[in-house]
Parts: sequence; structure tokens; C-alpha cells
Amino acid sequence: MNPQLSRRRFIKAVIASSVAAASSSGIHSALAQDRPRGAVERLISLNINGQTRRVDVSPQETLAHTLRYKLGLTGTKIGCNRGECGACTVIIDGVTNYSCSTLTHSVRTRAVQTVEGVQSADGSLHPVQQAFIDELSPQCGFCTPGQVMSAVALLQENPKPTRDEVRHAMAGNLCRCGAYDHYLNGVMRASGQNS
Amino acid sequence: MSDYRLVGKDFTPPDVTGKVTGKAKYAEDFRVDGMVFARMYTSPMAHARVTNIDTSAAEAMDGVVGILTADDVPEVEAPNAAILTNSPAYIGDPILAVAAETEQIAENAMAAIKIDMEPLPFVTDPLDSLIEGGANAREEGNVYARSQEGSGFRTIKWSKEQVDEFRAGKEPTGEFGSEWSYGDIDKAMADAELVFEEPFVTTGYAHMSMEPRTAMAYWENGKCYVHGSAQSQSFWMPGLARLLGVEVEEVVLISENTGGGFGSKIGAYPIAALPGWFSKKINRPVQLRVTREQEYYMGSARVGFQGWIRMGFAADGSILGSDVFIIEDIGANATGGDASSAGGAISLVYNAGAMRFRGLPVLTNTTPRGAQRGPGQNQIAAVMAPIMDKAAKQLSIDPVEIRKINATNNDSLVYSDRRTVTSAYMDEALDKGAEMFDWERRKNQPRKNGSKVRGLGIGQGYHSAGATGFDGLIRITPDGKLHVHTGVGNLGTYSYASTSRAAAEVLNFDWEDCEIHRGNSENNLPWNSYQAGSVSTFAHTRTNYVAAMDALRKMKAIAADTMGGEPDDYEIDGKRIFRSDNAAQGMSYGAIAARAIQLGGEYSGQTYPDDINAITKRSVENLAGTGLVGVAKDNLPQEGVIPGLACAFVEIEMDLETGKYEILDYVGIAECGSVLFPAGLAQQMKGGAVWGMGMAALERHVYDPQNGLPANIGYHQCGIPSYLDVPSVTRTSAVDLPDPQNPFGARGIGEPAMGCSVAALTSAISDALDGHIFGRTPVSPDMVVNHVTGRDQSFLPLQTNNF
Repeated sequence: MNPQLSRRRFIKAVIASSVAAASSSGIHSALAQDRPRGAVERLISLNINGQTRRVDVSPQETLAHTLRYKLGLTGTKIGCNRGECGACTVIIDGVTNYSCSTLTHSVRTRAVQTVEGVQSADGSLHPVQQAFIDELSPQCGFCTPGQVMSAVALLQENPKPTRDEVRHAMAGNLCRCGAYDHYLNGVMRASGQNS
Repeated sequence: MSDYRLVGKDFTPPDVTGKVTGKAKYAEDFRVDGMVFARMYTSPMAHARVTNIDTSAAEAMDGVVGILTADDVPEVEAPNAAILTNSPAYIGDPILAVAAETEQIAENAMAAIKIDMEPLPFVTDPLDSLIEGGANAREEGNVYARSQEGSGFRTIKWSKEQVDEFRAGKEPTGEFGSEWSYGDIDKAMADAELVFEEPFVTTGYAHMSMEPRTAMAYWENGKCYVHGSAQSQSFWMPGLARLLGVEVEEVVLISENTGGGFGSKIGAYPIAALPGWFSKKINRPVQLRVTREQEYYMGSARVGFQGWIRMGFAADGSILGSDVFIIEDIGANATGGDASSAGGAISLVYNAGAMRFRGLPVLTNTTPRGAQRGPGQNQIAAVMAPIMDKAAKQLSIDPVEIRKINATNNDSLVYSDRRTVTSAYMDEALDKGAEMFDWERRKNQPRKNGSKVRGLGIGQGYHSAGATGFDGLIRITPDGKLHVHTGVGNLGTYSYASTSRAAAEVLNFDWEDCEIHRGNSENNLPWNSYQAGSVSTFAHTRTNYVAAMDALRKMKAIAADTMGGEPDDYEIDGKRIFRSDNAAQGMSYGAIAARAIQLGGEYSGQTYPDDINAITKRSVENLAGTGLVGVAKDNLPQEGVIPGLACAFVEIEMDLETGKYEILDYVGIAECGSVLFPAGLAQQMKGGAVWGMGMAALERHVYDPQNGLPANIGYHQCGIPSYLDVPSVTRTSAVDLPDPQNPFGARGIGEPAMGCSVAALTSAISDALDGHIFGRTPVSPDMVVNHVTGRDQSFLPLQTNNF
């Protein structure tokens, strides 16, 4: 299995971002004390899918909330809002993160990629997306954007993973329809390998 | 493989692209101007009466727009679920809702609401209610039986001795709620070479659809627009209108994509009507975003079983009699019927010679129950598989063989009313599975390797898989396109699309020239079946067939009227209708559609058959004059039970030191008539396999009996299988023999796909443990370790919803 993008590294990334989130939210709560009561929101710039987006973000706001409800990027789904299901998976500086468990303020200096940002500039589908269509990977589709993001991040780090490596790399993305086999087929196809 | 152009062939359903790009919209993805956010105050007590509600402080808060209480919505007679209630009967039962400019304000306002409640006795295990002196989950009683003859509360108590004997695995002697039988069960047992009894428990567990049941609603021009998470589309309409207190034509349901249902969203559920009532009250669009935790509290869950079964086998392995008693845990809202369905499944899958079923539906103060993938059939599949193995072992018959001896076939009579089946090929499924799995070789392989032991299992699944009497509606427009209107609903099986291809097949259309209209009741949809019960494949290949045949009849009539001759002188090729004896003389489909519009009447939908549903009639009226309209009710002949069947073979490796096992190989075989959509079938078989793996090993409710608190309100607490809990590859195939009562030979499969899996696993677990039968799902590692080391289990026999 590829040590570069193991489940452990994924978890470490989540923990690291939480630490960053905790420290930045500390700064903001400190700043907030100097402002009139209620004036806790701040206009910040985010790098989302290569574009700079200006958005009002409260200190405790999660990235999933900002993406879905302030930036209209509803491809990122909230399945559990507690870091279990992976439907909200996005890529931050090349590493998958649960956006429901990431504070928006913690990603101000980082590059965020959502499912809306994986297609090419000309609109053609990412190989993962095309492979998921060809393998009829999604069933209900609610977990699919998260599955896409995990697969895209994996193939960036490990273009020719084994099926078992894919299985471990995707293990943070639950699918109640049980379409795991079809998603694995999709990732293997996207990597140009037989499933 | 079929000889059809489209049916039986793979294709890309039109909604897949939206799912991989994130453009597919689910209920929570919609926002409208002026929308406010509702949050629910749900019961912190397992059973209580609300005596006072003080919302004054909350209403005074900035940004709070309104409060909705049980007084604002229709009162519902217990035990049925209300939109909001002052008599909560489980923790999480919705009491009131607050609407505010933001969810945060609504949540803060919730903290300022004062609710006085009077606690009432509660119970989380049916046997704790059944025993003398035990609490009743409802003030009206502890048993609620629903039947066509009449439904009602009862209070049934068993003596301590009766409960103890039941726990000890003996035949229950206490009062029961319902009974049916056929044949002479006493004679069957007397004649049997081998008779044995087994107690069993199947614990209930949550549906866990990935999309919580969020809903948003607003009123416009006298209509209530609802964005809901719906398993079915047209089938929701009457129930949703009833919940909202309006006529069907005053409701618009938008549900283009639904993030899973599995039985929990078949018909309109009360909470889907909450935003509509709230919106009416405060005159603002309202979104109720249901959280994952709330989904566990008040979503939906599988009915649990506590039961006893006696089986009588002849020396040749045939089942002479089956006597089953099932107590079903029906939660507080009395949604059940699983137990009797389980009895029916025993009758059908094992072709039992004589049978008696006794059932007792007991209320508990636990999460609402609902149909869940194979409701009843899949619980009993898990129970039956190791019993079949035990009989096979004692009678020295091969486990595949004993299942074939008892397999339902085309001549079988099933259920208490001894009905025929449309067709059944379980024998062929078992043969195919045994071959793919290499059963003969594997059964003779060494099993033990240090602390690890291999187990082989065979499972069989069943659910009735068809319905009739729904409507089909299609349209050919002057541009030569086929428009299939479908109200089936879209929860991820793609049957809305695969059944739509039936119409294209009949009319020889290229799939590229077809458009499916769906997902919004304003898209002029016909009255279609529930997207559940494995019915849509059978039901809607038929509706689209009859609608297409109606269109074909009209096309030929128009051709004869326009070009002379008789209608039967004409045939079609997918682009044109032309004379059979002179292909040059013909009209394009587009020209025929234009001519239909000119002619009017039935040709373009100005008139329509009397027997179609009012929902279909309105759709036809809206479409009238836009093309050649094909519309008909499915009155095709249908007789007997329409079985969906499946079998599975599995090999596991169990570590006796840890009690955990790994699934080494899985083969699932579908017996669903002719294959309609191979990739979709594979998906159902593989997804169903994952569900079975979850039920066998991982998923269960856990309640704190002291406080009535559910202990699992998150995915991992509930044991949803992940990538790492299931094999990397699951193998599937199909018998692929046509059912004579479907124009394309197809039947459904969604539910048996799971039943065969959980059964194969309980069979394999028993095999790995030298035939030990736990008689329980799920089998957790601690149970295995306790068994292997000779320790007592941590729970009472037949205890359920336990830690």
C-alpha cells in the first residue's frame, strides 16, 4: 500500500487541520472581543477551485457550511456533519479532508478543491468521473461527490494503486447503497488498470 | 441474453452524470428567496405527556420567525405518527419546531423554550413489556395489531414462567395476536424423521440513508411546493396531500434525486409535511434540515424479531412442517407486518408442506419502525439458513441439495391461501451458484489453520417482486422524439430509467431519441407504483409496455387513416411507420405525431381511458395536443405470487481468538426472470450483499433500558459497513429465465439481493463453529469468543436492543 496516502495520513491531515482550526478560531475569538457585540463575522478570501471567493464567515463556521450555503457549491454533501461518512470530502492542498469538520477560517491560505472543480477547464469530465459513469458506480449518488474527491486525491499521489490500496484510501467514504465494488472498479478504470 | 435492442442491454441512466459532477440536486440543495430555517424540539423522554409549553422567551428573540406546535397540525390517533405531538412515545419524537432567519438562531431559541413534561412508563424490549407487571409503551396498550378486519390496541401479558420458558427456547404458550396456517402441522411433525426447535432474535437497526429526510416547502398560487427526500414520486402524492390537508392537485412534489430510502421513504412520512404547515403559518418558505442524529432518533428502522421455530424434516430432507412464533418489535408507531411476511417467506422459499404462523406485534418506546429492505423476509432468511444446514448435517444430505429438495419451482403453491407463482427457478439459481463458487471442491477443503477456521455458507432470499394496475404515459412529439413520463421515483436503483426503455423497445426507438420526464409532479407524471418492494421492474416494464402498445395502435390507425389500408397493414422501424408490402409508403414518427395533434381526440390526449388514475388524467389533460399520446392502465393478465429470488454462497475465515471473521469470497445469483439492465442488476446484487454483511455482523439498535436512550446515533455506532468490512470483489450472476407474466420476462430483485447475503453469512458462521446456531443477528465477535471459550453471553436469551 502506498505510504504516501494511507488512511493514517488522511487522519493525520484531519487532525492537523483541526489544530490549525483551533488556533485560528482562538485568534478570531480574541479579535471578536474588541468588536461590538454581534459583529463577529468577517469577510475573508478563500481559494476555491482556483478562484478567489470573498465570503462572510463566522468564527465557528465549517467549510461544508460555507461551501454549500454561502458559495452555492452544493455538490459537497452533508451526510452526518460529524466526521464519519465522508460525503463532504474536499481536497485541501492536495489532501482529502472532511469539510464538515474543518473550520473555514483554517483554510484561508490554502487551496480548496470541491467536486465542482475537478472537471477540466473545457468542461470535460475528470477520468474518475468518467470511470464512475462507465462502471455505474453511484446508486443514490449522495456519497458520490465525496467518493470522487477521495479517488481524485488518491490518483494524484498514487496513479497506479492496487485495488487494496484503493480500498484503504477510500475507507473514509461510506456508501449505504453498498456500491463499494462499483466504486473500486471505477477507480481502477480511471487509473488505466483492469479492475 | 435477450434478443431485444434495449431491454437486457447496459446503458447510462441520464442522472448519473449529475451525481459524479455534484450537479444532482437533493432536497437540501434547494434554497428560495425569503426562506427561513426550522429546527425541531424533540422529546428528551421515552414516553411522556407534554403539560405546558412556554415559548415566550424564544419568540422574543431577534430573528425568530415563528413556532409550530402540535396544536397547529392535524391531530393523529395513536399509535400513528403525527407531524408534532404532545404525547411523545420515544426519545426524539418531535414536539415543536422553531423557524428563524438562521439555523443558529433557531437552535438558540430552542434553548429558551420551556416545556413541562410528565414522564410515563416506557419499555425498550418487547419481552419486558409482555411480562406481567411490565410497562406498556402506550397508555392504550402494549400490542397493536393492524389487519384488514380491523386494527387496534390490546394489552397482552405473559406470566413470568411463560416468558422464562420462551427465553429457554421452548414453544411459547402465551397469548398471541394473529395466526394463520395451512396443512396439518401436528401430523407433519408426527410424521417427521427429524424435528427440532430453535429460538431466535434479529435486532432492529436504522435504515441510515445517506441523505437525511430534509424537506423544504412554500406556497405559491394556492399550491404547496415540497422539496422532499422521497423514495417514490407519484405514490407520495395522495399521502402528502392528506398530511397537508389539501387536495392532490394542490401539492407539487419535487424529488429528482433521493439519497437512499431502503423502505424508509416509500410513502409520504409526517415530518415531510412539517415545512408545509409551518410555511402556511408564517407565510415564508421553510426548510427543515434534518440532522444525522435526528435521522437516527426519528427516521426509520427495521422491525426486530424474538421468535421460536420448530421444523420437521422427512428422511429425504423435505420439509414436512414449519411452526413459527414471532414477537415483532414495532416501535411506538406500530409499523410492522414483518412477522407475517417472514412466515410467508418460509412458505415460499422452503416450500414447507404444512405451516403454522403465530405473531405478536409489541410496541416499544424506540425509534419508529418501517419497511426495510426485505421486511420480514430478510430477518427470517438469516434465521433459516443455519437451520437448513443443521438438518442437512443430521440427515447426511449436502447443504446445497437440501435446499434444492425444498426449492420453490413453477409448480409450487405458496402462502396460507396456497397461491401459484408466476415462475420460480431456485433450483437453477443454486446450481449456478454452486458452480461459480466451486462448491464441490471447497466443501472438501481443510478448514482449520491454527486459530483460524473457514466456514462455508449458503443463503436464499425472497421478496414478492411485482405489482399491477398502475398507469403508463408516453408521448411522441413532432420532432420525432419519444417522451416517457415516469412517476416511479429515484432512490438510486435506476429502475425509473430501465423500465422507461420498455416503451422505447416496443416502438423501436433509438435510446438517443428518448427523453424521460420525472422528478417533479408538475412534469405531468402518471400514477406509478411505490419505488419499493422490488416491484418497479415488473410493474413499470408493464405500464410502459401498455402505454407504448397504445401509442403503436394509434400510430397504425393514423397511418391507415392518412395513407389508406388497414392499421395492420403497417409496421414500424423506429423512425417511420410504413406499409408492410411497400416500405416506400410511410410517414416519419414526427409526421405521425403532427397528424395526431391535428386529429385530436384520443390521438393527442384530448380523451383518455376511463380507468386511469386521477393523477394520470390530469397529466394527460396538461399534455393534450402536444403529440401522439400513449396512455393506459396496466390491465395485463396477472395471477399468482411474483417472486424475486436470490441465492448466495460465501466463504469466511473466522479467527477463534478474536471472534472476527473475514469474507474471503462471495457469489450472489439473482433469479429475477429475464435481466432488464445487467449493470443495474449487478449493483443491486452487490449492494444487497453489503447490506446482508452489515446485518449479519454489525448493525443493531442499542438502548439504555434504564432511560430509554438510544446509544447509537452515528454511523459508526450503528455499524454501517465500510469498504473495509466487505470483500473488495463480490461476484454475481443471474439465472436469466423469462417470467411469463411480464412482457419482457422481468421481475424485481432489490430485496432478495440482501436476504441471500445475510443468510449465507449466518450459515457460514454456524459452519465455522461446527454447526453452532447463535439464532441471532448480528453475531458480534464477543459472542463468538464467549461461545468458543464456553462463557455465558453478556445478554439474556432472547434479549434485544441490548448492549
